[in-house]
Amino acid sequence: MKPNESKFELNGDYYSTRFEPSGSETGDTLILNMGPQHPSTHGVLRIIVELDGEYIKKAEPVLGYIHRMHEKMGEVKTYMQYLPNMGRVDYLHALAWNWAYVGAVEKLTGIEVPQRAEYIRVITCELNRICSHLLWWGAYLLDLGAFTPILYAFVDREKIMDILQIVTGSRLTYCYYRFGGVSADITDEFINQTKEFLTYFKTRIPMYHDLVTGNMILRGRCEDIGVLSVETAKQYGATGPVLRGSGIAYDVRKVEPYSVYDKFDFKIPVGQNGDAMDRYDVRVAEMTESLKIIEQALESLPDGHYINPNLPDRIMPPKGEVYYAVEGARGKIGIYIISDGTAKPYRLKLRAPGFSNLHLFAELSQGTLLSDAVSILGSLDLVIPEIDR
Amino acid sequence: MLKDIGKTLIGLWSLIIGLKITGKEFFKPWLTVHYPRQEVKNLNTYRGHIELTGQETDPWKPKCVMCGKCAEICPSGCIHIEFHIAGEDDSSQTEKILIGVGVEIPFSGKKFVPAAKIERELDIFNLNYNLCSLCGLCVQNCPVDAIKFSKDVYLAGRSRQDFEYDLLARLKGQG
Ligand code: SF4
Ligand code: SF4
Repeated sequence: MKPNESKFELNGDYYSTRFEPSGSETGDTLILNMGPQHPSTHGVLRIIVELDGEYIKKAEPVLGYIHRMHEKMGEVKTYMQYLPNMGRVDYLHALAWNWAYVGAVEKLTGIEVPQRAEYIRVITCELNRICSHLLWWGAYLLDLGAFTPILYAFVDREKIMDILQIVTGSRLTYCYYRFGGVSADITDEFINQTKEFLTYFKTRIPMYHDLVTGNMILRGRCEDIGVLSVETAKQYGATGPVLRGSGIAYDVRKVEPYSVYDKFDFKIPVGQNGDAMDRYDVRVAEMTESLKIIEQALESLPDGHYINPNLPDRIMPPKGEVYYAVEGARGKIGIYIISDGTAKPYRLKLRAPGFSNLHLFAELSQGTLLSDAVSILGSLDLVIPEIDR
Repeated sequence: MLKDIGKTLIGLWSLIIGLKITGKEFFKPWLTVHYPRQEVKNLNTYRGHIELTGQETDPWKPKCVMCGKCAEICPSGCIHIEFHIAGEDDSSQTEKILIGVGVEIPFSGKKFVPAAKIERELDIFNLNYNLCSLCGLCVQNCPVDAIKFSKDVYLAGRSRQDFEYDLLARLKGQG
């Protein structure tokens, strides 16, 4: 059968029939599917694993269950009409995707963004980052068998969503940034609630550490699990906390500062060993850093327009191409646009950090216990809609 | 050997600290909202489906000047507008202009100026909420602020048709 010929197969689908077991000495391995409806895969990810007893011989991720043609949709919609798509690529850090897209189009068209809008973007994007890390924190611990932490995380996450709802009007799939600014100015209510949240959340982080970070069960399940070497991380193009956990301080906000990030004083937390515990530590430390950024941005928030008042009636970038990258909660988000001078992009490419990070799983899980593989998968913080796009 | 015992003791202590936090939390007031009996407090900032706004002088008449910008910009093609020139027969097919799904409006490159002389009357302003992504582009691009977000958050229906709204009727039906 030719590879592109599709046929109904009784013995399994395309991927399972083509899975090549690595085999073992005893020849006694078991091939099984983790997902697409498995509770530990968070969304519709499917992994075909070959087990020898409790040990993983080979793992192969299968993608595409929620492929929605986001890139193709970019070619048939106008620049403006594509905006709401960005909230749905990575729904946990929707504002970073918003930002990457508007940033790319602004760069290509040469639209200026008022300072106030830049600050508003920083504040909302960082709040969204904390929100995303909180969900990961809760969900990861849930994977590891601890039920209570996710409830604490959701209490705080709910507060952030309430704050973001004030300006965006929605709670998850934001469509807030616009070319040349944001869609609504921040209000006093927003500022007050954010300040309140900053003080409140500072007391919560030590509580998180007491409750979970020091816990011997957690440490037992994270330390020395899924050790990722710098070389492997580079080979796979890993970014974000996954790469920083291995000790590389690569953060787009620092190394190629966009917007006004160069005006803020914040650190890039890094790990040492590159194990799951380091990735955990990096993310929790990042929440504190995000708090610092928000605090500084609120203090120095300039007056002025929240959106460029002299916008063209229709966005029509000149011929050319552009790449714009921002730091999302999961790593480097990149948008590449080719414009042929019309109202619609000629081609649009989305670089999702989760896609690169996911493929580390096949490597990291080799030879580990199945239960450790769940820990590794969780520590990579994958959002499947972003990977499938 | 001694090291191991120490490690175990530290580990056990970490469990006790965790239990202490959970215990404290146990006596704190309830944080969840018991929905049918209680409501969350911030529904006023929620941005629901769109709604027509009425004129100041006559709140039952829509502000809309039928420029079609909202229908044009909507990414999902949810808005369907039909109108006729005032004074003419409603059913005269020649004057009826259809704006909405699949119909492209040529772009002029200029800002829309409502034609002052020609009086138009809105016949149909439908929203297919099934398709709407609540992006808010229509509201922002309306030149006369004729649409706003509703606060409708409790939505339930038996069929898809329940979410195909006749916004004109909704405007007239409001108190
Ligand atoms: S909110 Fe967006 S999707 Fe909904 S009707 Fe308006 S433009 Fe269309
Ligand atoms: S943009 Fe405003 S005025 Fe124009 S058709 Fe839509 S609602 Fe009416």
